[in-house]
Amino acid sequence: MHELKMKYQGKKMAPAFNAFHTFLYSPNDTTHAGGTHVKGADDLKRTMNTVIMALVPILLFSMFNAGYQHFSAINGFPENFSVMEHFLTWDNFWIGIVKVLPLVVISYGIGLVVEFIFAVIKGHEVEEGYLVTGMLVPLIVPVDTPLWMLAVAVVFGVVIGKEVFGGTGMNILNPALTIRAFLFFAYPTWMSGDKVWVHGAVDLAGGPDAISGETVLGFLAQNKEFQYSVSDMFFGFIPGSVGETSAFLCLLGGLFLIFSKIASWRIMVSAVIGSLVMGLIFNQVVDLGWIGETSKFYGLMSFDFWKHLIVGGLAFGIVYMATDPVTGAQTNRGKWIYGFLIGFISVMIRVFNPAYPEGVFLAILLMNVFAPTIDHYVVRGNVNRRMKRLKNAVILPKDSDSKAEELKAETV
Amino acid sequence: MSKDIRIKKGLNINLVGAAEHTISKAVLSNVYALNLNDFHGITPKMLLKEGAEVKAGEALFYNKNNEDMHFVSPVSGELIEIERGARRRILTLKILADKEQTYVDHGSFDFGKASSTEIKAFLLKGGCWPFIKQRPYDIVANPDATPKAIFVSGYATAPLAADPDFALQGKEQELQAALTALGKLTPGKVHVSIGKSSNSVLAGLSGIEVHKVSGPHPAGLVGTQINKIDPINKGEVVWTVSPQDLVIMGELLLTGKFNAERIVALAGSSVKAPKYYKTKIGTEIATFLYASGVNGENFRVINGDVLTGAKSSQDGYLGFYNNTVTAIPEGDDYELFGWNKPIFNKVSSTRALTFSWLQPKKKYDLTTNTNGEHRAFVVTGQYEAVFPMDIFPMQLLKACMVKDLDEMEQLGLYEVAPEDFSLTEFICISKQPHQQIIREGLDLLYQEIG
Repeated sequence: MHELKMKYQGKKMAPAFNAFHTFLYSPNDTTHAGGTHVKGADDLKRTMNTVIMALVPILLFSMFNAGYQHFSAINGFPENFSVMEHFLTWDNFWIGIVKVLPLVVISYGIGLVVEFIFAVIKGHEVEEGYLVTGMLVPLIVPVDTPLWMLAVAVVFGVVIGKEVFGGTGMNILNPALTIRAFLFFAYPTWMSGDKVWVHGAVDLAGGPDAISGETVLGFLAQNKEFQYSVSDMFFGFIPGSVGETSAFLCLLGGLFLIFSKIASWRIMVSAVIGSLVMGLIFNQVVDLGWIGETSKFYGLMSFDFWKHLIVGGLAFGIVYMATDPVTGAQTNRGKWIYGFLIGFISVMIRVFNPAYPEGVFLAILLMNVFAPTIDHYVVRGNVNRRMKRLKNAVILPKDSDSKAEELKAETV
Repeated sequence: MSKDIRIKKGLNINLVGAAEHTISKAVLSNVYALNLNDFHGITPKMLLKEGAEVKAGEALFYNKNNEDMHFVSPVSGELIEIERGARRRILTLKILADKEQTYVDHGSFDFGKASSTEIKAFLLKGGCWPFIKQRPYDIVANPDATPKAIFVSGYATAPLAADPDFALQGKEQELQAALTALGKLTPGKVHVSIGKSSNSVLAGLSGIEVHKVSGPHPAGLVGTQINKIDPINKGEVVWTVSPQDLVIMGELLLTGKFNAERIVALAGSSVKAPKYYKTKIGTEIATFLYASGVNGENFRVINGDVLTGAKSSQDGYLGFYNNTVTAIPEGDDYELFGWNKPIFNKVSSTRALTFSWLQPKKKYDLTTNTNGEHRAFVVTGQYEAVFPMDIFPMQLLKACMVKDLDEMEQLGLYEVAPEDFSLTEFICISKQPHQQIIREGLDLLYQEIG
């Protein structure tokens, strides 16, 4: 392996080959003169790998849930639900293998091919950014997304969302969300509605065995009743995008990322606060009687403010999407503002968007665009402090200044 | 009234191989060398030709921009080699030492009564001026300027750095002389920092303002202390001197002789018996390195500490400003799945399956491996956690990379030196060369504005 690396050194395919090599071995590079001679243990691969580790439980859960939702929609939900008997079954997992795993394979396969092509063309190393993106993508799409659609979206997302800006670390929009947004706007009839969230619902639609795949938010947007309990919603036994349903696992993943110091706790905490504040405002509007039960917003507005966090993709978005360091705010104070607005706007879009009752990905994309602006003003604050200090600066004359003046006086 | 400094942000890197508190006398070196890269930004003009006889303290070359600024020989002997590089740039000067050392005698000098101009002239002529560095730009101080204050850090927090409390013992007279003379060069104060619980000889000196410093690295870096005591604004100048150089300066003021003797800490995990040595500037490192014994063949000798030092060879020479020599193993081997397995034997600022947070006191044996490849800036908020100054480190680095002069000025490039970014470089997940970026930024700013 090491010999092959040497053989390819300096050739066009070197980046592609090096990517495989560093996947197996951490490199033998030593620190060069003129820098620190020792370096910390972490590299970008380790950082990305930590995020993936936090996503693995969610992927496993989602594979079981895909099957659970499928069979429950056909046969009705079990009456005395037990996790071992009804959820962690081989039948459920098999649906996960045939439906969820291909999404993962397509996402990684297509995405990495695009990354490698760009790395070879531009002659830079293959950077690790896509390792996380490739895992996030299958978790935020509906389970019945056709694979060709996903492939088209991944190509679009990686090229337009990331590579045109210069690759990992340079992009403005979160690539995973760019992919999700592309799917949503390119195939709106497919991507919204009540069919795509449960495997089989699309195929069976219109027939005598038609099943419903409506999400909790979908029910609420139509002011309909739903049968899920709070614990169902918290633990994630509900329909929705593949990996977004379990707020419980998102919470665990979030705690792990905060503990390992990989993701920003500032963004997570402030986003939770932001969504609670917006939820409270809407609850207050209902309590004050400003809108009646006939209003089309009634269902979502009267939804208890804290429950927003356990349905839909809000928890997943806050933990895994909003905390993307490249597209998020980069200053600590900026992170508070950025996170708060994500939570706030997510819930707002949820309530007011008539076509599609989910606003998290739109809110995060919107704040991605504004993150540099937020940072700009935070940094200006620092600059202004420095400018203020400048007024009291002690600028002492140089020795040569006084000599120059003497000379000048003589010539006059 | 002294103002104490407490630093919270930072990271102590505890390494194996700290120098034991005993001083041995190093073997006399045959050849001494001055590495001209130590004097950043100086264009040298030779005063002597190859083969010339010099005395200790005799000028070898001067600064092209300031003919009075002399750079002197640490020993007496014969100038045997002027090593030149590309475009005939002078790289190193080598002097074959005499058996009997003779000194240039600048005579007695009553610095207590002398004016600032006279003191400057004496230090320039005597070869002690290059010990004074200035900020902004982190270069040898411009004698034409008047600094608003002078800073001396008598507290070392860098990994394996020489302990100034120990190395300065018994040098009260010299230190006092140098500080008194320096005090006349500024209308402001001379700020001297010592460790919180130190018994430093610096604490008892007069004419200075003593600050007690505590906290993790980089609390001991003079840049951190300036930022907390009296930050630099645009247009202002401050000077910094390290305490071991004050000793040489003080001796020149008291006796009129340039005595290049210095206590040097030999440290690092590749050294069998790390301890302190009494030797001279420019000595062959081999004269004391092998006296302590080394582990293995494949190690790197560093002139300075592991974060800010310069890479040297095993037959290299002690740098002009260095009082620490570190030897650590080279890490030029591959590690299978090094990026995802748990790490117990390396220092990390995160907890991503790295466990250095469990034992903050544990001493590590780090190698020179980069532990990863160079990447674009991705992760945010990590530099800020170890960077105690009121500056946005990543934004400043990016401003330097894109050569945006306005941004560099506004974000505080005047206040920093490359060494202030050594800790952020250490923890950098993207393995970016922070110190080099800052150095290039400072050079550009100096060229355009300075």
